[in-house]
Amino acid sequence: MKILIVDDEKDVEMLFRQKFRKETKSGNLELIFAFSGAEALSILGESDPPSVVYVFSDINMPGMTGLELLDQVKKKFPQISVSMISAYGDSDNYNKAIKSGAKEFFTKPIDFESLRKEILDLINT
Amino acid sequence: MEKPTIHNRRIKRFQVIFVSLIIYLVLIPKHGVAQSNDSSVNPTLNIDWWIFSFILIILFVIGYFIYKVQIKNTLAKEKDVWRLQHLTLEKETKDIMEKLKATQEQLIQQEKLASLGQLTAGIAHEIKNPLNFVNNFSELSMEYVDEISESVEKLDQNDTTEDIKSLLGDVRGNLAKIFQHGSRADGIVRSMLMHSRGGKGIKEPTDLNELIKEYVNLAFHGMRASKNPINVDIKVQLEEDLPKVMLNPEDFSRVILNLCKNAFDAMRDKTELYGKDYLPKLSVSTKNLEDSVMVVVEDNGPGVPEDIRDKLLMPFFTTKKGTEGTGLGLSITHDIIKDHEGVLEIDSIVGEYTRFIILIPKTQ
Repeated sequence: MKILIVDDEKDVEMLFRQKFRKETKSGNLELIFAFSGAEALSILGESDPPSVVYVFSDINMPGMTGLELLDQVKKKFPQISVSMISAYGDSDNYNKAIKSGAKEFFTKPIDFESLRKEILDLINT
Repeated sequence: MEKPTIHNRRIKRFQVIFVSLIIYLVLIPKHGVAQSNDSSVNPTLNIDWWIFSFILIILFVIGYFIYKVQIKNTLAKEKDVWRLQHLTLEKETKDIMEKLKATQEQLIQQEKLASLGQLTAGIAHEIKNPLNFVNNFSELSMEYVDEISESVEKLDQNDTTEDIKSLLGDVRGNLAKIFQHGSRADGIVRSMLMHSRGGKGIKEPTDLNELIKEYVNLAFHGMRASKNPINVDIKVQLEEDLPKVMLNPEDFSRVILNLCKNAFDAMRDKTELYGKDYLPKLSVSTKNLEDSVMVVVEDNGPGVPEDIRDKLLMPFFTTKKGTEGTGLGLSITHDIIKDHEGVLEIDSIVGEYTRFIILIPKTQ
C-alpha cells in the first residue's frame, strides 16, 4: 500500500518513517514524501493507474496550497483518498477541505495513533 | 422679484411720498379754487380738509401696507437664507458624526487588537517556560545518548551491539530535531515578544538579513492565517556578509511587517480583479552600498498612482474602506526610518509593481 505524504517541512519524513517503522518493515506499507503540491502531482502521475492509494497533505505550503492540491487530486485521480494534516484547525479550513472532498482532517501536533488507525483501516479493507 | 434692500425700501418710500406730494399738489389748486369760488370759507374748508385728511389717511394706509409687504418679503428672503444655512449645517454635522462614528469603531478595533497583543505577549512568556525544558532536556538526553554510544563501543561487538548503535543513532537524530525545532519555536516567540514591546528603544548593531528573513516569514504566515489569505511567491535576496547596521530591531521589525502587509493587501486587491492568471510575487532584497544599506520591498501588485504617491506617507491617509485601514502604518514606518536617519522612497508603475526603497546610513 503506497501512501504519499505532502508537507513543505522536510523533517516530516523522518518523523513518519520512524512512527511507521513497524508497518514499513513488515512490507504492508510504503511511504513516499513530496515537499510541494507540484511534486506530489508529478509523483501521482508517474504511473497510470496511480500506485498511490492515499494522500496526506499539509494545507499551508508555499506555491500550491494543500486545498488546491486536494482539488487537483480529486479532479485527476478521483479514486485516491485525500486527508488533510494541518496546524490550522479552524472551522473555515475544515469546511473548505471537507467540501472539496477530503476524507479526514487531522490537526497538528499530529496524533499518530488516530493516523495509524486510519491507515490500518485502509490496509485491512 | 428682487431682494428688498434698504436701497429698494428707500425708493419705495420715496415713491409713496412722491405720489402723496403729487396728489397733494393736485389737491391744493382744487382747494385754492374751491376757496376763491366760495365766500363762506368755513363749510368748504371743512369739507376740503376732511377730503384732504381722508386722502392723507388712505395714503398712510397704502404706505403702511407697502411697508408691511416689504417687511414680509425681507423676512421671507431671510427665512430662505436661514433655511439654506440650517440645511448646510445639518449636512455638515451629519458628515462629522459619521466620521466620528467610523473613528470610534476603529478605536474599538484597535483596542481589541491591543488587548490581543497583550494576551499574545502573555502567552509568549508562558510558552518560553516549557520551551526551556524541551530544549534543555533534549540537549541533556543527547549527551546521555553519546555517553551510552561510547559505552557500547567498549563492549564486544556483535549484531545486538550493531542494533543498539543504530537505534542510538536514531534517538540522537530525533533529539537533535527536538532541540532544533524547540529553538525555532523559541525564535518565533522571541520575535513576537520583541514586536509587542513599545516605545523608541536604543539602536544596536543588528544583523539586518536575519531580521528581514524572520519578519518576512512572520508576515507571510500571519497573512496566511488571516481571514483572506492569498498565495504569494516570496523571494528573499539578501546580500551576503551584509555588515551589521545600527538599528532598533523592534522598530525596524515593524517597518518590515508593515511593508509586507501593505504589499499583501495590495496584491490581494489585484487578485480580486485578475483572478487565477495573476501570480502575486513579493521580493525583499538587501544591498551593501558605500555609506548605507539598501532594503527593497517590491510587489507586483496594482501599483500606486502618481497623485496618491505623495499622500501615502501622510498620517491617517488610507485607500482602504471604512475601518479596514487606519492610515497610520506607512506614516509610522516613515517615522521609524527617519529616526534611523534613513530615507524611504516609493517607486511604482500602475498595474505592474510597487517598490519601497529604504536607505539606512551605516554611521548615524
